[in-house]
Amino acid sequence: MSLVDFDAPINFKFNGKALQGFDGDTLASALLRNGVKVVARSFKYHRPRGIMAAGSEEPNALVEIHASGVCEPNRRATTIKLFEGLDARSQNFVGSVDRDLLAINDLLSPFFAAGFYYKTFMWPRAFWEKLYEPIIRRAAGLGSIMKTPDPDSYDKGFLHCDVLIIGGGPAGLLAALNAGEAGKQVILCDEDFILGGRLLSEDIDVDGTPAADWAKLTAHRLMMMPNVRVMKRTTVYGVYDHGIYGALETRRDAIGLKTPRHILWRIYAKTSILAAGATERPIAFENNDRPGIMLAGAARTYANRFGVTLGDNAALLTNNDDGLRTSARHVLDVRGGESVVNTKGRSGVKSVTLNSGQSLPVDGLYMSGGWNPNVHLTCHKRGRPKWDDVLSCFLPDAGNLPADMKVIGSANGAFSTQAVFDSANAACKTLGIKAAMRPKSEDAPVKVTAFWHVKTKGRAWVDFQNDVTAKDIALAHQEGFSSVEHVKRYTTLGMATDQGKTSNVLGLAVLAQASGRTIPETGTTIFRPPYTPVPIGAFAGAHRGTHFKPTRLTPSHKYSAEQGATFVDTGYWKRAQWIARPGEKGWRDSVDREVLTTRGSVGICDVSTLGKIDVQGKDAGKFLNKVYVNTFSTLKVGRCRYGLMLREDGIAMDDGTSARLSKTHYITTTTTAKAGPVYRHMEFCRQVLFPEMDVHLISTTDQWAQYSVAGPNARKLLEKIVDPNFDISNEAFPYMACGQITVCGGTRARLFRLSFSGELAYEISVPARYGDALIRALMSAGEEYGAALYGTEALGVMRIEKGHAAGNELDGRTTAAHLGLGGFVSGKKDCIGKVLSAREGLNDGVALVGFIADNPKDTLHNGAHFSAELGKAGPNEDLGHMSSVAYSPELKHWVGLGFIAGGKSRIGETVYARDFVRNHHVKVKIVSPHFVDPDGERLRG
Amino acid sequence: MKYSGFKVIKEALTGHKGWKPVWRKPEPKPAYDIVIIGGGGHGLATAHYLAKKYKQKNIAVLEKGWIGGGNVGRNTTIVRSNYGLHGNEGFYELSMQLWERLEQDLNYNAMVSQRGVLNLIHSDPQRDAFVRRANTMIMNGADAVLLDAKGVREHSPLLNFDNGRFPITGGLLQPRGGTVRHDAVAWGYARSADSAGVDIIENCEATGFDIQAGTVMGVQTSRGPIKAGKVAVAVAGNSSRVMAMAGRRLPIESHVLQAFVSEGLKPLLPGVITFGAGHFYVSQSDKGGLVFGGDIDGYNSYAQRGNLPVVEDVCEGGMAIMPMIGKARMLRMWGGIMDMSMDGSPIIDRTDISGLYFNGGWCYGGFKATPASGLAFAHLLATDTPHDTATAFTLDRFERGLMIDEKGQGAQPNLH
Amino acid sequence: MIINHPLLGPRDASEFVHMGDASLMHRPDPKSETAADDFYRYQYLRDNPAGLYAELWFHEQGDRSWLVVTRNTLTHEIIDVQLARHIARQKS
Repeated sequence: MSLVDFDAPINFKFNGKALQGFDGDTLASALLRNGVKVVARSFKYHRPRGIMAAGSEEPNALVEIHASGVCEPNRRATTIKLFEGLDARSQNFVGSVDRDLLAINDLLSPFFAAGFYYKTFMWPRAFWEKLYEPIIRRAAGLGSIMKTPDPDSYDKGFLHCDVLIIGGGPAGLLAALNAGEAGKQVILCDEDFILGGRLLSEDIDVDGTPAADWAKLTAHRLMMMPNVRVMKRTTVYGVYDHGIYGALETRRDAIGLKTPRHILWRIYAKTSILAAGATERPIAFENNDRPGIMLAGAARTYANRFGVTLGDNAALLTNNDDGLRTSARHVLDVRGGESVVNTKGRSGVKSVTLNSGQSLPVDGLYMSGGWNPNVHLTCHKRGRPKWDDVLSCFLPDAGNLPADMKVIGSANGAFSTQAVFDSANAACKTLGIKAAMRPKSEDAPVKVTAFWHVKTKGRAWVDFQNDVTAKDIALAHQEGFSSVEHVKRYTTLGMATDQGKTSNVLGLAVLAQASGRTIPETGTTIFRPPYTPVPIGAFAGAHRGTHFKPTRLTPSHKYSAEQGATFVDTGYWKRAQWIARPGEKGWRDSVDREVLTTRGSVGICDVSTLGKIDVQGKDAGKFLNKVYVNTFSTLKVGRCRYGLMLREDGIAMDDGTSARLSKTHYITTTTTAKAGPVYRHMEFCRQVLFPEMDVHLISTTDQWAQYSVAGPNARKLLEKIVDPNFDISNEAFPYMACGQITVCGGTRARLFRLSFSGELAYEISVPARYGDALIRALMSAGEEYGAALYGTEALGVMRIEKGHAAGNELDGRTTAAHLGLGGFVSGKKDCIGKVLSAREGLNDGVALVGFIADNPKDTLHNGAHFSAELGKAGPNEDLGHMSSVAYSPELKHWVGLGFIAGGKSRIGETVYARDFVRNHHVKVKIVSPHFVDPDGERLRG
Repeated sequence: MKYSGFKVIKEALTGHKGWKPVWRKPEPKPAYDIVIIGGGGHGLATAHYLAKKYKQKNIAVLEKGWIGGGNVGRNTTIVRSNYGLHGNEGFYELSMQLWERLEQDLNYNAMVSQRGVLNLIHSDPQRDAFVRRANTMIMNGADAVLLDAKGVREHSPLLNFDNGRFPITGGLLQPRGGTVRHDAVAWGYARSADSAGVDIIENCEATGFDIQAGTVMGVQTSRGPIKAGKVAVAVAGNSSRVMAMAGRRLPIESHVLQAFVSEGLKPLLPGVITFGAGHFYVSQSDKGGLVFGGDIDGYNSYAQRGNLPVVEDVCEGGMAIMPMIGKARMLRMWGGIMDMSMDGSPIIDRTDISGLYFNGGWCYGGFKATPASGLAFAHLLATDTPHDTATAFTLDRFERGLMIDEKGQGAQPNLH
Repeated sequence: MIINHPLLGPRDASEFVHMGDASLMHRPDPKSETAADDFYRYQYLRDNPAGLYAELWFHEQGDRSWLVVTRNTLTHEIIDVQLARHIARQKS
């Protein structure tokens, strides 16, 4: 009945040795077929380990997969579908896996008992980090991860369904068939590459045919149904809110190829049916971890499904009837008083010592301590399973399952195949889904007697991977760690990559025995997502490299790039930072030139990234009065006004200008960084705080391309492209004017006479699709004036020279008063933030001022703190900090803006700007923040 | 029982029979001088310092479940003192100094590992902010090193420097920062407090306060009423629930923060790395797991679990700067309840109810604060004056406009 | 999470931005004599309940409506979703 195709051999390598398996094998079955016993080493004691299970619960057989230059660690041999050319290697050893030098830890195990670390390595203090910890770190860990980027790709997908069925064993297959026949949209996920679950492993019949054949036929029927999506090799790893399930599909086992290795699915399901089956438990006895000691159900899987001959002289240790299905020469049933007290065989079990004292030579030992329903997904929303004494296992608590989840089959404690089928049909009935068939199969009663631990002097493993033994659990209890959670944390029980699938319940039982309590009294154990580990790469999907975050480009990006711009990230935007000309040796050369050209003639800067919000309605002015500290209702049509916006806590939120295009129409701008938050805030004010106002908002940031044209020749330049019927002379279009115009022969545009640079300046905007054409038209018109395209650096230099606050000053902690704009807060009208801005702590006299170095040759450092003296300065000596600095090409020295206690009252004093971290301390003079054209003559010119 | 090299060897050779419980399991007494509600890191540290440093007697710690089961047992184990505002930095630097001598203070190895904490820089404004922060750190006695791109390359060669989106241009390194074995902190403080006579009472939930004429007289618990001279509340994510029993509302919301650990791997990362252009920070535990996290989910929650958008966001950040971790598998994800305050900074203060003291608002940064929080809270309880390093952590600072807002986000807790 | 938008039907929560307690809808009267105290309480103090909680979400990647969502903070179950502007208009 084997499901392996012996006519299809597959060549693979294990630890460099060429071996052969067959199509349908897993790496584990192929290794067993080739007689490989030692596959891996355990975590702490570096004990030789073989294969213990046949599924994703495998704690021992972890390997690295290699391909040219690529390595993937910690793969379970039991879940790798064998493929041609597979290069698998053991991990976590020094030397060879058969002779691991770190196995010395095993000899030192008396020292490495639970909690050992906490009691030692303290003397002398420095030795912990210098000596002990590096040794521990090198010995710990499992596989190695390569240090080059993961070459594999990962995809993501979204699916919706009526019924999600988790697990494709007998329960899941029947439930899927029922739901499919009922016309539901069904998704069936199973982690294996063949559907059928335990039907593939057991020598039983369903409706008179071999169970594996029934599974194959049923799977085929499902795949023919257009409303059923069958997803093999797909593990539902987590349950999230409102019917959202996370699933990981494995597309291939090979690594380093171009196609996606995994697909991470997000499944939105109206109902889910958990049919995840059950996991067999080991029994704790001395040296129960040797290669060749295997779970009984796994032994049946290898024999029946994979056709592997494990040995002809094996023993079986069981506490239940299900275990008795396993074929073994020596049957040891603990219910009959038989037991195993020890085993021998360094690289594979050779004999077992019975409780009678007899030593029995064996070539394998199969153990069954009963079965644990796979309740994991029922716990992901913090549900707790309940102990069932009859079945000796935890069952899902129907009272606290995730909403809309049903649990069927052995996951719900139905252990005979017949009971599994019946539970699937019963659950479907509660969902209004009729049974499509009523298969008949074996209905053996569950006969299990709780049996956990054979107490002897030696070590009996509970958590195999992490090397947690029954003694460790007893010691934890002896030291007062008697809560299950404490035991887990003190001993690391259940913390290994198998997440305690084989160890948690056994550990709980051993703790219960040690503390003389029942299992329910001792506690329960819940599980966190993911069900099986999920690659970090799969969670990231395609969002890596340049696709890590979206990239926003302005309409003139291409033009700037053509001109040789260097771009800077501003949020998701790319903005031109400076535009180098041939012969310029560094960014300062370019920036100085851009500034001097702008101040001397004319410069053009792309300011499209500024947020733009269209405000319209009868109450638009009234609305802006609420949102800004300034009054906007009195602004004349055709005029702009600077506005400062506070948060309700009285702190400056953002600034910008608002232009009034008509009685009922304003355009408000925000800073680039705050475009989103400000719009959200204004919608909050509109919809929630002032719903009675007749006003509407829309963000038009992306709809308009906008350019600043600044410098003494700005008007002359613009006159060349503004259509002649619009008069933009100083008289007709003075400082702070705005209007709707046309340019270049009829193209719709808006013109604002605003200046951030302090020069005669305009901002002109056109619909985004004309942005590229406009920048080219502007630059071409500016040719005769030697117009410079300038970037954000030059913009920043000029705003610092003018003493304008920007992002560094509006850092979410400053008030209008700090910014020197206290006078803007209107005395009479209410606005957001006004009441709380009056709090004493926000009126501390700190204010924005200018700084220049006492010695003009000194540079200024941003982030320096001010102190009155040059000596040691602590918090009490801190007078404030430098928030923005720039070299002023016009003044030919550095200028800075900063906040200082006392603010403008200190102008004329000197203090020290202290940059401790760069060891740069400069005597600075406190001056007015308006360094260039303080009276603002240029911008009105 | 003192742990010593001799004792460890002796016990190893004699089957570990001599180890005694790390803390007792006493029955609650009818009355204590000081009752601390909350057997987490902060409550236990408070008990330790009250008993050991401030020589207070007759102290109980009440824990509704098992000690160390809250955020001290479910965090990303990072310790650092790299804050930007004086109100915080002096306090966190005290904490750092207490971490540095924790093992000797407690005779317990909590594996304080000063591997360095590196915050990456990707833009000029970010560098400006980090320089300002570094200078605050140094002014408060902490260590700070500003690295350029080359310096970061030397420190952490395996980062993706030229990642297509946000290239790394530098970093702020605190060499003394690092990680600590989180559970051991709770156990170490519990053991020390217990040895000094503090009753640590597990499975004892506070269910109400006995307040008479504006003075707290005791607490009701699931194990009966307990009289108390002073009651100290240190319950992190449950702050609002407990203080509501005293009729008080707090400037705090409870939010979920998820954290993640990968399967064990051979050593990859020496220290702690924080991505400056995404929401991702990571370190590697002594066991080999990558321990990582990012932002809070952003909605109020007491559920101790989160949702997928943040999981994906965090992993995307990880892949952006460390694209080799694609093949590392996430082993577990979990969520803790964060007591997010209105300015992102904590509160250690008396309340308007005489005898009732409050410690909370730690946001997602409470773990690193554990020693200083315990010391400062103990100082307040013992002397009725705030500790020198915690004078800014008052309850009335919001009313007075004296916020300590590191992120500049204002009264919106999910943005801190 | 999924938020059942009153106009648009069920939408993934990642389309929304969460702001906080729906009590933020009730901005105090700035002219009141107790305005300073009222605003302090309005802005900073929270019930922060473990259980049903009315909160504000903004449909940023959608129709830009502010919603009042009533959600259980212990289970994340959502029991009610309304347009904030409807509630605000009823109040005013």
